[in-house]
Amino acid sequence: MSEFLQLFFSGLTVGAVYALVALGFTLIYNASDVVNFAQGEFVMLGGMVTVFASAAGIPLPVAALIAVSVAVAVGLLLYWLAIAPARGASAVSIIIITIGASILLKGAAQIAFDKQFHRLPAFSGDAPIDVLGASIQSQSFWVLGGTATAVLILYVFLEKTLVGKAVLATSASRLAARLVGINTATIMALAFGGSAAIGAIAGILVTPITLTSYDVGTMMALKGFAAAMLGGMGNPLGAVVGGLLLGLLETLGAGYVSSTYKDGFAFVMILVILFAMPQGLLGRRTVDRV
Amino acid sequence: MTALLNNRYAIVAALAVVIAILPFTFPSSYYLRVASLVWVSAFASIGLNVLMGKAGQVSLGHAAFFGIGAYSTAIGPAHLGLPSWASLVIGACVSGLLAYLVGRPILRLKGHYLAIATLGFGVLVALVITTESRWTGGPDGMPVAKLTVFGWRIGTAYAWYWLSGAFLLLGAWIALNLDDTPTGRALLALHDSEVAARVVGIDVAGLKLRAFVIAAVYASIAGSLLAMMNGFVNPDLAGFQHSVELVTMVVLGGLGSIVGSIVGAAVLVVLPQALTVFQEYENLMLGFIIIVAMVFMRDGIVPMASKLIASAR
Amino acid sequence: MPDLNQFNRRAARCLLGFSILGLAICGPAYAAETIKIGSVLSVTGPASFLGDPEEKTLKLYVDKINAVGGVAGKKIELVVYDDGGDANKARTFATRLVEDDKVSAMVGGSTTGTTMAMIPVFEEAKVPFISLAGAIEVVDPVRQYVFKTPHTDKMACEKIFENLKLRTFTKIAMISGTDGFGTSMRAQCLKVAGNYGIQVVADETYGPRDTDMTAQLTKIKNTAGIQAVVNPGFGQGPAIVTRNYAQLGMSATPLYESHGVASKSFIELAGSAADGVRLPAAALLVGDKLPDTDPQKKIVVDYKQTYEASAKQPVSTFGGHAYDGLFILVDAMKRANSADSGKVRDEIEKTKGFVGTGGIVTMSPTDHLGLDLSAFRMLEIKGGDWTLIQPGS
Repeated sequence: MSEFLQLFFSGLTVGAVYALVALGFTLIYNASDVVNFAQGEFVMLGGMVTVFASAAGIPLPVAALIAVSVAVAVGLLLYWLAIAPARGASAVSIIIITIGASILLKGAAQIAFDKQFHRLPAFSGDAPIDVLGASIQSQSFWVLGGTATAVLILYVFLEKTLVGKAVLATSASRLAARLVGINTATIMALAFGGSAAIGAIAGILVTPITLTSYDVGTMMALKGFAAAMLGGMGNPLGAVVGGLLLGLLETLGAGYVSSTYKDGFAFVMILVILFAMPQGLLGRRTVDRV
Repeated sequence: MTALLNNRYAIVAALAVVIAILPFTFPSSYYLRVASLVWVSAFASIGLNVLMGKAGQVSLGHAAFFGIGAYSTAIGPAHLGLPSWASLVIGACVSGLLAYLVGRPILRLKGHYLAIATLGFGVLVALVITTESRWTGGPDGMPVAKLTVFGWRIGTAYAWYWLSGAFLLLGAWIALNLDDTPTGRALLALHDSEVAARVVGIDVAGLKLRAFVIAAVYASIAGSLLAMMNGFVNPDLAGFQHSVELVTMVVLGGLGSIVGSIVGAAVLVVLPQALTVFQEYENLMLGFIIIVAMVFMRDGIVPMASKLIASAR
Repeated sequence: MPDLNQFNRRAARCLLGFSILGLAICGPAYAAETIKIGSVLSVTGPASFLGDPEEKTLKLYVDKINAVGGVAGKKIELVVYDDGGDANKARTFATRLVEDDKVSAMVGGSTTGTTMAMIPVFEEAKVPFISLAGAIEVVDPVRQYVFKTPHTDKMACEKIFENLKLRTFTKIAMISGTDGFGTSMRAQCLKVAGNYGIQVVADETYGPRDTDMTAQLTKIKNTAGIQAVVNPGFGQGPAIVTRNYAQLGMSATPLYESHGVASKSFIELAGSAADGVRLPAAALLVGDKLPDTDPQKKIVVDYKQTYEASAKQPVSTFGGHAYDGLFILVDAMKRANSADSGKVRDEIEKTKGFVGTGGIVTMSPTDHLGLDLSAFRMLEIKGGDWTLIQPGS
């Protein structure tokens, strides 16, 4: 039992990070139909800026705030300079643009920071916490709590505020949203900024556990994208479920089946689920209109 | 000029002339190596373009087939005592068969779901190659026997330049002629509207599958060629990064344009070589150029260029 | 159409940019009367923690050598390309060094993967190639023109097992990275374990980019009778393994890391969890703790100070490998009094008693590495610093 709990908590922690990245994918996808492969770079920026700011003597909470602001600025610039000018291009062209942005951001980070791995101290000490025989890093609770808070805030924002409803309207139909007077360009910029913030928060929360470097983004984007698709693209709840499920699959697979084929196990499950449910777990069924 | 871009005899003739003349302008055999890399990459991206540009289906795991082709020419001679050329053919058959088998369920998926499924497939193949080190040499890769044809050992940079160039010509010719076959015309209909194609009685699923198999065989042959040219293979060839690179070649050059695939391959192979002058700013520049190119030439380099030329008249 | 006009201008500018780039590779500058030394390193990508200090070291010391007049009356011109850890790219850059830059010799190849891909190019062109990669297959079998400076993974296994035998441990667990380094070292360890009467009772792996290894460690923890754990791996993976190890309360069982973590950043990343971890490493890490009689002391202390003052980051044995490679090559060029590739190769093979950061190197036609087990020191991390273990412990 303690072994299962140990694996379960590890999987949940890893999965929570995937969930945040997947949430970032979803937010941008909903507002603009763009799949943003530079999403992982926001995670990297969150971690790296915090590391370098706190190394410069800035207290951790302020450093984290700076990191989030930097990521948001980068997200907005990405939208204004690369995505907005390419409006109307095919979906795959825009994916290539975001891949270009990912290469560019990595290239910039290796110059602005360095190519070493870095860590942050755990927010509340290194001592593990004992839960029914499993020892859990205290930072895991920060990650889980942070993810839950981010999801809650996003939910309240989307469902209860006027701007949030405008985002939902834009995602439902851009034309209709524009007709009722919503400035869809602003909404899309907002989505990029918000998504960058979520990514950066994920990066800050997880760096004490996973360490960070200028090129952690690629792996994060890959796993986050997989999680978003697993849950059903465009569904925020699906993103969270998909992320947690992917993390659990990986860890339980490594613990009970084979650590060598750990990543394979997760992707086999994704393929099986997609074959059975071509729209992901919680995706909407789409109908071709002619 | 636009007419030229639409006439397949003209395209192949022009390509042949370029391939024939280019070596005389090269100061050293390093340039032969870069040009051969362009021909091989172009061969793979032409195949992928049949899938992406003509059938309208994206594949983010295409390097898997490239890797299967590469490793077949490594494993065939080393472990099974097969000649290299036979291994190339077997590799292409294995890739085609695998594409046929996984293509059926995968191609039912649409858009981004198709992207993640192909990505997952690619990750799995790369993982198997990395892990089964008894056969594949593991993450560090393994050496590949030199190609011998009729007792003639192909090893020099010149030999490889001509061989890869000849393969590219052949590959481009076949892909260009595809447009005139029933399959090609049906693909065109599919690309315009899947629903309309289905309504007029085209077997859409079978058609997509055919394009997937064609693309897989192209990638596999390209992989075999590169492996024998390098004399070495490693799992990177089958990896996600390489898949992304292949897709970028197709999109950058122009979806649906065979010439575009060659141009896209040339840009992505030559660019990193040219950018070494920027030293640590290399990746920054690469990302920047990709963004700028896609923003200003959203249909790809070749379709944009032909549009420009047409409007300049 | 004003829009299109504007676009035309933009496109023209873009095309101009491309043609300038094209020219840039067409016309490399030729400096007169220099010795060209080439290097292909993984300065970016997953192995950048190897390539980065290697590049800094080479640039730093080539400048230093040139400042005092160069080699055999000629200045050295260093040509460095970054392969990003991609073997296919490395292969192309190797051809470029040989065919286009016409280098006399090469010091580089950060990983075994890139090195193995480049070997055919240098063997065919008969240009000496001093590799900085770890695996034994680089120099076994011996190839005419290929040498290397880092200790092999097989030696690391033997050094660790020697220490295990001394402590009368016979049952161990291994947790290895699935990158080239981890896979190769795991295979070597499994091969030589029997020679030391050691049985590997649990054998787990983790991916090079994995962020959590508690699953694998939990499995090891629940396997009965394990007396020590060995972790063949490099990069950030071992740091996470070490942290998870402490988190799961496994610290009572000794943990052995490999020489792949031999830089101060490992201790920084692993934090207090690193205390008590043992590893085989070069003298470079404990330069200031060596007795004054140690022949390597002067050289490792010098290199550490020079590197840290210039690079502003802690020294690693990886940069040390590049230092050794460069000076083995430069010494050979001095002895040959020439940059002729064939003569330099012969002289490299005759390297005898060369004191480097990695050990004392004596090569021969059958040994293109020239180090033995004594080049490795068994270290233990105590209070956030490296210490030499007491003999016999």
